[in-house]
Amino acid sequence: MSLLEVRSVSKHFRGLRAVNNASFRIAEGEINALIGPNGAGKTTIFNMIAGVYAPDAGEILFAGRPIHGLRPDQVCAAGIGRTFQIVKPFAGLSVLDNVMVGALLRSRNAADARRLARGIVDRLGLGPKRELPASSLTLPDRKRLEVARALATRPKLLLLDEVMAGLRPTECDQMVALFRELNRADGTTILLIEHVMRAVMALARHIGVLHHGEVIARGTPEQVVRDPAVLECYLGEETEV
Amino acid sequence: MNRRSIALAVLGAILIALPFMVGNYALSVATLILYFAYTGQAWNVMMGFAGQLSLGHALYVGVGAYAAGALFFYYGIGPWAGLWLAIALCVALGLVIGFLAFRFGISGVYFALLTIAFAEFTRIGFDHFGWTGGPGGMFLRVAQRDTWDLANFRGPPLMYYYAMLALTAGAFALCAWLLRSRAGYYWQAIREDEEAARALGINAFRWKLLAVAISAAMTAVAGVFFAFYYNNLFPEQIFHISRSIEIILGPVIGGVGTLFGPLLGAAVLTLLSDGITEALAAFGLDIPGVKQVFYGLVLLGVVMFLPHGIWPAIARRLRL
Repeated sequence: MSLLEVRSVSKHFRGLRAVNNASFRIAEGEINALIGPNGAGKTTIFNMIAGVYAPDAGEILFAGRPIHGLRPDQVCAAGIGRTFQIVKPFAGLSVLDNVMVGALLRSRNAADARRLARGIVDRLGLGPKRELPASSLTLPDRKRLEVARALATRPKLLLLDEVMAGLRPTECDQMVALFRELNRADGTTILLIEHVMRAVMALARHIGVLHHGEVIARGTPEQVVRDPAVLECYLGEETEV
Repeated sequence: MNRRSIALAVLGAILIALPFMVGNYALSVATLILYFAYTGQAWNVMMGFAGQLSLGHALYVGVGAYAAGALFFYYGIGPWAGLWLAIALCVALGLVIGFLAFRFGISGVYFALLTIAFAEFTRIGFDHFGWTGGPGGMFLRVAQRDTWDLANFRGPPLMYYYAMLALTAGAFALCAWLLRSRAGYYWQAIREDEEAARALGINAFRWKLLAVAISAAMTAVAGVFFAFYYNNLFPEQIFHISRSIEIILGPVIGGVGTLFGPLLGAAVLTLLSDGITEALAAFGLDIPGVKQVFYGLVLLGVVMFLPHGIWPAIARRLRL
């Protein structure tokens, strides 16, 4: 059964067609990726799923129920956690308090939320820094904090918007291992937008390729990287020299 | 016990014992300090915790004061009943302002302008409202002040001092509790980044309204105190924007968003104002406006050198 189903969704910003008639589905328990060149409409699709924008046309179903038109907080409460490509830490709060804000969603009180947040902070390797203000973190740590905060809301579906960008290869591999573990142990379904192909190839069961707001290819990683349409959109058409 | 609780206990003991150590004048200054500490604490819930800048808190002081004052003036109903009317009216007003602003995405400076607008047109409204005396004001009957008449909140300065002390302590405890509760975390998240807060399942609209309602209710209580302490109410004075600014100076100088900031700021500013007056008198300087210049210079210095307020700097130094 598909956990998330995006059906013929479109979004225009004035003259710009950011997303045009895009459809895809994600089966429960899978890790899928959405790739494509800059400006292809990936983040716009994320924002529509997360309730930041309502689609101009089409529908989005989560666990069989329509969620397009819900507010971001309602989407989160329904079980979708998201990170932001341009990180948005609560700069004045400590690392632990940042994660606690997320953990409060499904906790009865602050003490429960703190316990949950501690576990997640440790899992993301931020344990030694948990009392530091979020403003003092380096970019890779801020990316981890984004993930930690989203995880604290205990999502069924996790939307990751370029969380590997700026990480060193070893850090990237740690992150990949973490998402595998999350997916295996907690059954969390994951949809990632990613430019770092090392991570995409290691994680994704299925990949959708977006170009100019349209889904131009989908399939397993092996299929997608050999698809001529995909090569063309990344590398340009072959020309006679 | 940690250092912070010890400091708090010492401060509390000093404040309780204060009336037995100083005279009536100093007691009235102390009452004023507590009044500003209390209203500053109330304003801090909105701005310091939830990040919503109100520049019109005089609205809640004024409406609270007039509500309880009018009930007493016309029907002889004491402040303990009037209090609830004051709170209800102010919460309703706050919710209207909050609803208009948050529903239609008015934020930041524009939200602040909206709060000023509400305070201003309420002031003008009361100027033309004959029932409460219009611009001529409303005067509550001043009874003899030797005995404590708690039912009608009439008594010697000592009674008002302790009432204000109890209110300030209560507000401090309430805010300390709020900060450690779900509301406190959600407000701070909204203050730091509303979009991120919403993505974590926080209904920002609802929690911001709650902050406004609590802040308005607390300020309404200060208004009731004001009415029965000063006994005369004029729209021009009570709703004036300078009253709103007065309320926010304490927490801004003391430290926005901190628990001790409003207390410390109110003490520093009131003592500073009094100190300058006395120093000028001692030097025989009697030029109009000199006091304001010195006062302004000190505020300027604090904002320049301690942009986060005095309290955070002291707390770091004393490891509190």
